[in-house]
Amino acid sequence: MDFQLSEKEEVFRDEVRAFLDENLPEGALRTPELMASWTRRIREKRWVGFSWPEEVGGGGGSIMQQVILKDEMARRKAPALGSCFMGLAWVGPSIIQYGTEEQKQKYIPDILDGKYHWCTGYSEPDSGSDLASLKCRCEREGDEYVVNGQKIWTSIAMWSEMIILLVRTQSKVDVKHDGITCLLVRMDTPGIEVRPIKNMSGGAIFAEVFFDNVRVPVENRLGEEGQGWQVTISALASERSSIAEVHGLIRKIEEVKDLAQRTKRGGRKMSDDPGIRRRIAQADTKIEAMRLNGMRFLTKQLRGEPLGSETSINKLHRADLEVGLGELALEILGSAGSLMSGEEPTVDGGAWAKYSLNWPEVVIGGGTPNIQKNIIAERILGLPKD
Amino acid sequence: MNFGFSEEQDLLRAEVRKFLDQNAPLTRVREDVCSESGFDSALWARMAELGWVGLCVPEEHGGVGLDLETLLVVLEETGRSLFPSPLISTVLAAKAIERFGTSNQHARWLPALADGSRVGTFAFLERSDSLAPEGIETFAKPDGDEWVLSGEKLFVTDVGSANSFVVAVRTGADPEAISLVVVDGSDKGVSVERFDGMDLTKRGGRLSLRDVRVSIDCVLGETNGGWPAAEWLLDLGAALVTAEAVGAAEAALEMTTKFAKERIQFDEPIGKFQGVKHPLAEIYVDVESFRSLVYYAVWALDQDAPDARIAVSRAKAYCSDAFPAAGIMGVQLHGGVGYTWEYDIQLYLKRSKWVRPTFGDADYHYERIASLGGL
Repeated sequence: MDFQLSEKEEVFRDEVRAFLDENLPEGALRTPELMASWTRRIREKRWVGFSWPEEVGGGGGSIMQQVILKDEMARRKAPALGSCFMGLAWVGPSIIQYGTEEQKQKYIPDILDGKYHWCTGYSEPDSGSDLASLKCRCEREGDEYVVNGQKIWTSIAMWSEMIILLVRTQSKVDVKHDGITCLLVRMDTPGIEVRPIKNMSGGAIFAEVFFDNVRVPVENRLGEEGQGWQVTISALASERSSIAEVHGLIRKIEEVKDLAQRTKRGGRKMSDDPGIRRRIAQADTKIEAMRLNGMRFLTKQLRGEPLGSETSINKLHRADLEVGLGELALEILGSAGSLMSGEEPTVDGGAWAKYSLNWPEVVIGGGTPNIQKNIIAERILGLPKD
Repeated sequence: MNFGFSEEQDLLRAEVRKFLDQNAPLTRVREDVCSESGFDSALWARMAELGWVGLCVPEEHGGVGLDLETLLVVLEETGRSLFPSPLISTVLAAKAIERFGTSNQHARWLPALADGSRVGTFAFLERSDSLAPEGIETFAKPDGDEWVLSGEKLFVTDVGSANSFVVAVRTGADPEAISLVVVDGSDKGVSVERFDGMDLTKRGGRLSLRDVRVSIDCVLGETNGGWPAAEWLLDLGAALVTAEAVGAAEAALEMTTKFAKERIQFDEPIGKFQGVKHPLAEIYVDVESFRSLVYYAVWALDQDAPDARIAVSRAKAYCSDAFPAAGIMGVQLHGGVGYTWEYDIQLYLKRSKWVRPTFGDADYHYERIASLGGL
């Protein structure tokens, strides 16, 4: 075992650090001008889409370089590398792998520049965890597809210019994963209606999207007809060490510790309460387990071994932690924990109450904990499918 | 960056696995634990010949001179087999002497500990059952060139087979005035009593010292300066016990998974039901997680990394909760047969109950994590 960086990797790390020293001084990027210059400079460095091949405008970064870049950025609480989150996370990788030359030229540069947002139309009211059972109908008429149906839980649909959409082009299939096709659709196409869904924290991030005879040119199909399942599931981020998530959680637990130290009940600091201390230490331990599990996955990737379903381990830990840290904060706060806004006795303007309601975005999106446990049981432990 | 084992380490793992499969299947282990010593001394001698007992002892003293990380590989496998032997205890005694002793002391004790002819152990706990220095009352009084030791050590692993005891004794009024002394089992006034523990593969008991006279050459390191050394040994012990627990918990998971695939109820293998699948998946998540934590902890101990202490505590804390939970779930998922003496799953449950408090339970280590983390 060796946790040191090689000399070449150190050179790259120093380059990232120097860049951050120069472009992200303490408390900076508060103005739109600074933000714009940051965005321009990380593009120049090719750190947006850093894992993508150079010929499509990516950075061609090795897996280890990706980890170093994410690690350094997260440590310094740098803004995200690029603003088109879903475009960078899975739409772009899908297009790079399955798209035509025209599609690559049309969409990839815009994703890298963050010109507009993409949203993702996978889930349907009756197809959540069982995504492959999706029914959104799609029939071909000449050079066009005609889409009818509904998507749901579509995050940022109301602010997106494009949607990556899974539709059913064939209904009579032996295996439900067949007969699914992937389309890239402009959100201003006639027949598309977006209805935001108010979530339990009071905000609206996701929406229902309705399709009523929506006509999509055949050239907007990604991959072959019936290949949609493959097109979308293969589009996983290339680096899977969970390093960015771990840094997010480390920041959160530091805030929880700070909260415990400045909160008193009955004259005693909550950070002196044995129960609270133990739960903070348990969360700390779980975060470290996630970090180290990630390092083991990374080592496998670096050795060229296939990385399979074991990444579900960290998804389960993350789900536990996102829920658990919110709960812990609320218990530290006691009666004030559920207050959503205002001055004293509300703490931190109700930020903790809001945080404690936001976990479903992470915990349910991308496969619920129960689905992750099925994945582990069936694909790793080899238990029979039910 | 490489968080994995080398080819040599993988080969060693295969070799140990083969050795244990051939020589120590659980049927044999069940017999061996009923013997007087509780382990097969012929197998112990062969393991020593193969270099596994003295794996971490420097070459000039008859060992192989490898790191703890390599020992970890051996321990995962002995853990899988619940192999009864005083390996961890002997490693702890040897490490204490190597790390804190003089070159004379190295030459005096290490060769016999490396070749397995002597069995060592570390005696720390007492009636207080506390891992803090305040808990130590066994004291040493200077008398010319000798120290006179009196007191009682409890929960001393392999107390019945050990003949070199590294004993933590009080040598002053200051809470941390602790010293480490090597006591020979044949010294006058030394007696041992074995306890009747649930895990027959881990024999522990009482070490009584009644006016035991030892030469001052037997003191490891500085008088009154033994607390940091003892703390390091407790950490090492916690890491090594956890390393064995990884193998044991993994074996318990495999055993239960196999059972769930074969046991038919409601016309289906029970492993098809999510009520069975999910707890097994949870055990898998836990085992992989304390595996990662202990791998890193052992690496940190090897490197004397500044975060070694918190790393050990994280590994042992996680394991102390998760392994017993896995043992209980393993027995439960086996149903009625899990309760029988005949089935092996109960042996792993019992190991988990031994592991939980040994070198600190989850309460102890989580509190330590909180303190070391600034709370």
